[in-house]
Amino acid sequence: MFTAEAQDQIIEEFAILDGDQEMMNFYIMELGQKMKLLDEEYMIDDNLVKGCQSKVWLKSKLTGDKVKYLADSNTGITKGLVSLLIRVFSGHTPEDIISAEVYFPERIGMSRFIGTQRSNGFLAMIKQMKLEAIAYRVVLENQN
Amino acid sequence: MDLKGLRSQFPTLREEVNGKPLVYFDNAATTQKPYAVLKALEEYYHHKNANIHRGIHTLAEKATAAFEETRKRVKSFINSAEVEEIIFTKGTTESINLVASSYGRKFLQPGDEVIISTMEHHSNIVPWQIICEEKGAILKVIPVNNNGELLLEEYGKILSEKTKIVSVVYASNSLGTINPVKTIIKKAQEYNAVVLLDGAQATAHLDIDVQDLDADFYALSAHKMYGPTGVGVLYGKRELLEEMPPYQGGGEMIKDVSFEKTTYNDIPYKFEAGTPNIADVVGFKYAMDFVDEIGKSNIHAHEMAVYDYAMEKMEEIPGFQPVGIADKKVSVLSFLIDGIHPFDIGQMLDARGVAVRTGHHCTQPLMDRYGIEGTARASFSLYNTKDEVDVMVDGLKRIVNFIK
Repeated sequence: MFTAEAQDQIIEEFAILDGDQEMMNFYIMELGQKMKLLDEEYMIDDNLVKGCQSKVWLKSKLTGDKVKYLADSNTGITKGLVSLLIRVFSGHTPEDIISAEVYFPERIGMSRFIGTQRSNGFLAMIKQMKLEAIAYRVVLENQN
Repeated sequence: MDLKGLRSQFPTLREEVNGKPLVYFDNAATTQKPYAVLKALEEYYHHKNANIHRGIHTLAEKATAAFEETRKRVKSFINSAEVEEIIFTKGTTESINLVASSYGRKFLQPGDEVIISTMEHHSNIVPWQIICEEKGAILKVIPVNNNGELLLEEYGKILSEKTKIVSVVYASNSLGTINPVKTIIKKAQEYNAVVLLDGAQATAHLDIDVQDLDADFYALSAHKMYGPTGVGVLYGKRELLEEMPPYQGGGEMIKDVSFEKTTYNDIPYKFEAGTPNIADVVGFKYAMDFVDEIGKSNIHAHEMAVYDYAMEKMEEIPGFQPVGIADKKVSVLSFLIDGIHPFDIGQMLDARGVAVRTGHHCTQPLMDRYGIEGTARASFSLYNTKDEVDVMVDGLKRIVNFIK
């Protein structure tokens, strides 16, 4: 499972913050600020992953046999969260993305972000990224 | 007010969140519960639990007495003329639905009009949309100004002979505005329209006298005034309630049932089908006792002192923008900070143990009116302190420093 490498790296980075929720939030926002953003032309309703309070725009493309994701959000923390998911998923094959088990949020003490799906749509983001990978798997199968 | 003594009566206030003492500023959503209420709930289930009204055994009588005791207490709490005018519901939402569904179904005709306002909670919008659609009636809306106050002049313009129902919020959950409901009622009466007041927010802060207000209906929730969740009240004038058809069918609401014809019970039981939320109704009495012991005017004065202090301190935050600065307010502070999404404000404050609400607060049309998606909202209660405000303001300053 190649996505594990990125997840383990994230867990290591967050270990330094020692579970301090405020520092974690700041760090997540910082990651969001550094993320390569989606071009504004793609920030349209069709690309929205709907959560309750924050908007997330997600766009993917297939390069060779690898999926690349780009995203943006109107809230800082969600932007940071989606940047973490992109680090985990982007640049992998559809097969790896579909079979990936996302375990880093719990390990960095952020399971509450997953538990409150309604407030930020974290699970919805994972689902959307996987759905797009499934579509690319079909594309690749048809090519072969 | 002995703030320390008061706080000690609320066990939840001793909780820690993310290793920090809880600062609970989400009181407009629900308040914490004092020991008196918690003990009453335990006492009920330990010593009185039985189904009410129909039982002849001792326990059933004890449970019924405790349940009806709360009804009498509500009567004195909001000063209704009669105890039969107090109907127990699940909450304000159900109370409004009851009126829309029962009164609306019987009395609305095609072309009739129902008036609400821009600052209504979805609970005071959707039930009217449903019944208006069903009856071919028209929903009219009183607009608000930039400060968050109703435009009474506009209200006067949309009132007419066609107006059958006016349903407005007493105190806004998003803005804190206290509406001039007496004036609203007087004007409606000129056209023989009935008025429902959504008292979900107001009841915890203001002395309520339904006779003095001359409201036709008044809806409230126990959990927003230190009582248990799942209990609400619909007050209605006797003559209106008697004319209204039942809301739901079932046990308790009947006089006689046969397959040919069922006759209905008298008010209030006509509107209380099924086993009610007995324990929580019993507990609610102790919340009213608790509030009256301190006194609403003392509570409101304290809360507004905390609110004023917060407004003053928040001015130190660059980009702070209050939403809702009406002349008369309850202690709801809705705000924005330039360049920071309310969701981020809420998450960051939570990390420091501060609970605020973020989003549209179930008032999307109001948010649309101001061209915003939502706000962060701190709502203060009798147990909140200025020190807690400092914790929030300090947290907000850290966020602003980080972002800018």
